[in-house]
Amino acid sequence: MPQRTDKTWRRVTIAIPYLWLFVFFLLPFAIILKISLADPIVAQPPFTPIFDAQGRLSVTLDNFLFLLTDKLYAFTYLKSVFLAGAATVLCLMLGFPMAYGIARAQPAVRSLLLLLIVLPFWISFLLRVYAWMGLLNNYGAINNALMWLGLIDQPVQMMYTDFAIFIGLTYSYLPFMVLPLYATLERMDLDLIEAAQDLGASRTRAFWDVTWPLARAGVIAGCLLVFIPAMGEYVIPYLLGGPESLLIGRVLFDEFFVNRDWPLAASVAIVLLLLLVVPIVMLQRSQTGEAETAA
Amino acid sequence: MTDPTKPADFIRIRNVSKHFGDFVAVDGVNLDIGKSELFSILGGSGCGKSTLLRMMAGFETPTSGTIEIDGVDVTNQPPYERPVNMMFQSYAIFPHMNVEKNIAYGLRKEGIAKQEIIKRVDDVVGLVQLGDFRKRRPDQLSGGQRQRVALARALIKRPKVLLLDEPLAALDKKLREHTQFELMNIQDELGVTFVVVTHDQEEAMTLSTRIAVMNEGRFLQVGTPKEIYEYPNSRFVADFIGTINTFEGTVSRIDDNAMSVDCPELGGDVRALIDDNTHVNVGQQVCIAVRPEKIFISFEEPEDHEGVRAHGVVDDFGYFGNLSLYRIRLESGRTIQVSWQNQRRSAKRFVEWEDKVWVSWRPRSAVVIKGES
Repeated sequence: MPQRTDKTWRRVTIAIPYLWLFVFFLLPFAIILKISLADPIVAQPPFTPIFDAQGRLSVTLDNFLFLLTDKLYAFTYLKSVFLAGAATVLCLMLGFPMAYGIARAQPAVRSLLLLLIVLPFWISFLLRVYAWMGLLNNYGAINNALMWLGLIDQPVQMMYTDFAIFIGLTYSYLPFMVLPLYATLERMDLDLIEAAQDLGASRTRAFWDVTWPLARAGVIAGCLLVFIPAMGEYVIPYLLGGPESLLIGRVLFDEFFVNRDWPLAASVAIVLLLLLVVPIVMLQRSQTGEAETAA
Repeated sequence: MTDPTKPADFIRIRNVSKHFGDFVAVDGVNLDIGKSELFSILGGSGCGKSTLLRMMAGFETPTSGTIEIDGVDVTNQPPYERPVNMMFQSYAIFPHMNVEKNIAYGLRKEGIAKQEIIKRVDDVVGLVQLGDFRKRRPDQLSGGQRQRVALARALIKRPKVLLLDEPLAALDKKLREHTQFELMNIQDELGVTFVVVTHDQEEAMTLSTRIAVMNEGRFLQVGTPKEIYEYPNSRFVADFIGTINTFEGTVSRIDDNAMSVDCPELGGDVRALIDDNTHVNVGQQVCIAVRPEKIFISFEEPEDHEGVRAHGVVDDFGYFGNLSLYRIRLESGRTIQVSWQNQRRSAKRFVEWEDKVWVSWRPRSAVVIKGES
């Protein structure tokens, strides 16, 4: 029965991604959620089981309450949102003209430019962050150049500041902004811009009336691709930021490996996830809503 | 139709050239277009017609030369300052705006009062019959509707000149014929000067008051559709517009208003008329060109001894409903095309394959084109 095999195959094909998500996302998430509801103990594993010896359910919201009461966490979350947000905005401001330029370049030049965007990925991420340490430190390339030019008398402290984290985030995630923007700008019909100009819009006006709204999908995709990993970034704040520059990724790491407070670390992770997921879901809702009203 | 007494200088194109690197897209073109004309620029792809149109719209700057519209030199004006609007071949309808917003876009950029915009949108939507589609998104429109949105969006600006780039190329055949007449009616009603760029000679013939035939960046001939069709001035124009049979020959004798041309392919001397435009000398190479519909087929030898005649065999024919097309192989070996109106309703064929027939035409039906191929 060919139809029957068709149906079976269809189910199998659909099942694969679901199975993947179940095993590698939902299951770990459930484990983290479970840990976040436990109490820390000095044992292996370092948290209380969800069912105690008598088989009774034993969960606690203490970890979440602690996150709410201790100002440090709220402050760290806010700071992470701020730094990741600022890096996202700067990536957009730098990435949009880059993507625009690439999309409008001659085909031969275009593939070369795209290659240049992807090229940094061929070098280890860690090495590239180390390179920034070399550039930003007090006797690094930037300070030396500024002093040689006579613009400053003594080195400007850039390493181990929020500024260094901001630069590091922007640099590392810029390609993730450029690529989706390039994809939307490249398939845009250039006649549309000419049509806008023909109908009385200056070049700038035509950009805001036509190019920008039509690039929206790329802007949103790029911003999410930069903002989400930047929020949870650990390596950049650890290497470039000072001891004061606590970001949420760093806190998460410290709770797990330094304090060995797994339940608290798990709840930090859950709250981070909520902070990221809620805005995305709301954005998607508003988009589908918009599409429906338009239809 | 244009009034021939009015000077045709609403648009004045003077010595306009456009070079892209080494490539010369438009090569020193001169053209005058009158007010309220429906003017077509006709040519194959890459002949420079679109570049010329884009220079009128302001998307390209001429390498040299000037373009004047209604007495104002617009050569270096940006597109948004020109009293000109363009309908793009792709229609270029803004996909993120509904029909109404697309149409109103140009007026909003002019900063016109809201009430006035609403009124003018109403008018133009009525003109192109889009009333039921005002709130539709572009992706919910058919090809014909998109074409009308593009037309309305350009017309609402009340341009002095409307430029149309292949306006009907994206439509299917039936819709194209219908839209063609719609365009002509709208043009007639509004009196706006239309400049159409097209590769479709039929479209140019039916639409236009005048046509310019373009090739390799130059105009070969500018004239009314009738002039272009009946009096082509070159082999290229004759070939490009419709079908034509051409025969190489040498002028052998010149009388008052006629000449004899020795055409080996027609088996000797044939007669042709001399009109005001043909100044030829004995011994000059010319080309006799005659349209398929101007040739007669008969079984008996035609009696008119002035006429051109040749004997041949029916090689092939095609039935097209309203007319039939015959390919007849002459005794010289040359094949010519003859078309015949199917006036009589009959299942029986007029001629059959391998029938021996005479083809003939009157001397005045043929055009004499000077110069070699």
